[in-house]
Amino acid sequence: MRKQRKAAIATISALALALTACAGGGAGTTPTAASTATGGGEQKITLTVATFNEFGYEDLVKEYTKLHPNITVEHKKAATADEARENLNTRLAAGSGLSDVEAIEVDWVPEMMQYADKFVDLKDPALKGRWIGWKEASATTKDGKLIGYGTDIGPEGICYRSDLFAKAGLPTDRAEVAKLLAGDWDTYFSVGKQFVTKTNIPWYDASDGVFQGMINQIDNPFETSDGKPIPLGDNAKMKATYDKLMKASVDDNLSANLAQWSPDWVNAFQKDGFATMLCPGWMLGVIEGNAKGVTGWDIADVFPGGGGNWGGSFLTVPAQGKHQAEAKALANWLTAPEQQLKAFKSKGTFPSQVEAMKSDTLLSSTNTFFNNAPTGKILTSRANAITVTPFKGPNYFSIRALTSDAINRVDVDATDDREASWAKAVAAYKDLGLG
Amino acid sequence: MGLYPLLYTAYVSMHQWHLIGGQGDFVGLQNYVDVVQQERFTRALVNTFSIFLLSSVPQVIAAIVIAAILDANLRAKTFWRMGVLVPYVVAPVAVSLIFSKIFADQSGLINTLLTGWGLDPIGFHSDRWASHVAIAAMVNFRWTGYNALIFLAAMQAVPRDLYEAAIVDGASRVRQFFSVTVPMLRPTIIFVIITSTIGGLQIFDEPRMYDTLGLGGADRQWMTMTMFLYELGWGAQKSFGRAAAVAWILFFIIVAIGMVNFALTRRIASGDAPRVRRRRPRKEVVR
Repeated sequence: MRKQRKAAIATISALALALTACAGGGAGTTPTAASTATGGGEQKITLTVATFNEFGYEDLVKEYTKLHPNITVEHKKAATADEARENLNTRLAAGSGLSDVEAIEVDWVPEMMQYADKFVDLKDPALKGRWIGWKEASATTKDGKLIGYGTDIGPEGICYRSDLFAKAGLPTDRAEVAKLLAGDWDTYFSVGKQFVTKTNIPWYDASDGVFQGMINQIDNPFETSDGKPIPLGDNAKMKATYDKLMKASVDDNLSANLAQWSPDWVNAFQKDGFATMLCPGWMLGVIEGNAKGVTGWDIADVFPGGGGNWGGSFLTVPAQGKHQAEAKALANWLTAPEQQLKAFKSKGTFPSQVEAMKSDTLLSSTNTFFNNAPTGKILTSRANAITVTPFKGPNYFSIRALTSDAINRVDVDATDDREASWAKAVAAYKDLGLG
Repeated sequence: MGLYPLLYTAYVSMHQWHLIGGQGDFVGLQNYVDVVQQERFTRALVNTFSIFLLSSVPQVIAAIVIAAILDANLRAKTFWRMGVLVPYVVAPVAVSLIFSKIFADQSGLINTLLTGWGLDPIGFHSDRWASHVAIAAMVNFRWTGYNALIFLAAMQAVPRDLYEAAIVDGASRVRQFFSVTVPMLRPTIIFVIITSTIGGLQIFDEPRMYDTLGLGGADRQWMTMTMFLYELGWGAQKSFGRAAAVAWILFFIIVAIGMVNFALTRRIASGDAPRVRRRRPRKEVVR
């Protein structure tokens, strides 16, 4: 009996030890040495810049150090936007550990606006008119505080495989393709239907990607303009968009049933996996990387249902940083038109600055991988075609994720039919407890 | 140091608590009620147990067998002993990269082989149970060798005269294994089972890196309890209160399971073995 109790105590204490050990290591919030920059009044300081994916800042960071010998800039790159977002959230909550300059993606901006006091106000009269209006407005709070300097935007065109188009007897020249696809989403889907019937190759890569293109043309996708979430079950517009897309993807077989960024998706670029893709500027680099060695990619100056913006980021200065003034100056410099043009050249991130968008460097730039397409000119034209800036409130990200799951259940996993999957998303919306 | 986070978590679990916004109103047990009522809670619970059983059971058995082989008179002993630890040293991220190539639904190694032989591909990301098998494979790959070395260390501490006596009695190798080795390993087996229970029920890295979104699949096919906790706290809802509630529920489950399998392993491992002075499990080593 006594022995038994001793053993039980040993077990429980082992358990408790194990649990605390795991709790301590699990969160992963230990700030790196780099972020605790040398403090105060000394001459030499280190500034950290945190970005994700490809911002094209590699050379710029070196250049800035050369211009400011007393400042060392360290560039920290997260592999994916999601990773960067988690890092940002966790360290904002912890109150320490963020970089001096933090890049945030356009879709998280509304979430961050709720905590505007955690960011330095970057408003600067000298920078008036640097950005196109809606870009700057989307990072400005109601009381006029600017939490981020715009970096790039994501005007969308259609990237396509001209060799596969030829196989289906469709025009291959980018001007003719633009004419062929001009119109609304129905046009895009019906051309797709022709293509699939002829070739048996899917028309687009992933339904969820197309869905992003479609909802970026809706004024209030998930929330009313005063920030109130629209219950997903009552969101008729969203349901109609979803139905239309699912009909094209599943009934008409236009989708390659892939999840974007998955290994299958990456491999499909090498295997004639699909013929077209919605492509914001930053996607050009992604396609080129995945489709290395594949010839035939091109880009047409057209987008179903008008223009659309997908993505684009901001540079913020978190209020927890030690060198806020210097960080602000760095963010200012990095988002100046001259620097943004260099970033565009390096990684294709399309500028959001008025000056940069007018510059000859941009308008004359071409892309050899995309059959020497005048990408600067095409993307500028796509940027000018953007008429709708969807309202994205604090709950945009959460509700968008539910629709993403709904689409992937039908399109990728085929575990549910259209209606059942939507019902699950509606149920999951209730679990969010948004009231 | 151990008690404070535990109690603080309990305090958080009774409040509305936003990840960034911080503390809100006191809500009592409402968070627990909200969490338990979600369909995803049951799903996460079932997934966790499924993955846990698929990984822990074969893992402990394989580890003992491997340890027994390593304990025998092998050539190049150290080489083999080091060899079993290699998978453990590989970073989990690298492991999931390798396995994602193996288990990819369309272009993965296994499905390419299957379709090559004219069979149907397995939906490693769409089918719930297939995804559990794939994740368990990653876990087993990483932890079997580690546990084997713990068993090996314990086996080497078994007095050699017991084996000599067994040989004199005419016991075969298999009989020696079951009648001498296994009973003598009892404390170690208990230790390994308890640590792998804790680890198994807290499993996070492997399922999270199983696809690019890290949410456990579009239908949450492989979302575990810890991933559910993470999604509540850091994902869409950013509700620390609810996440803390899940943490406490998970704690109780682990304690309960720990007790149950402690009782079970005592019975299984005791048998009719010679009673030698019992060694208590070492507490410091925690996976």
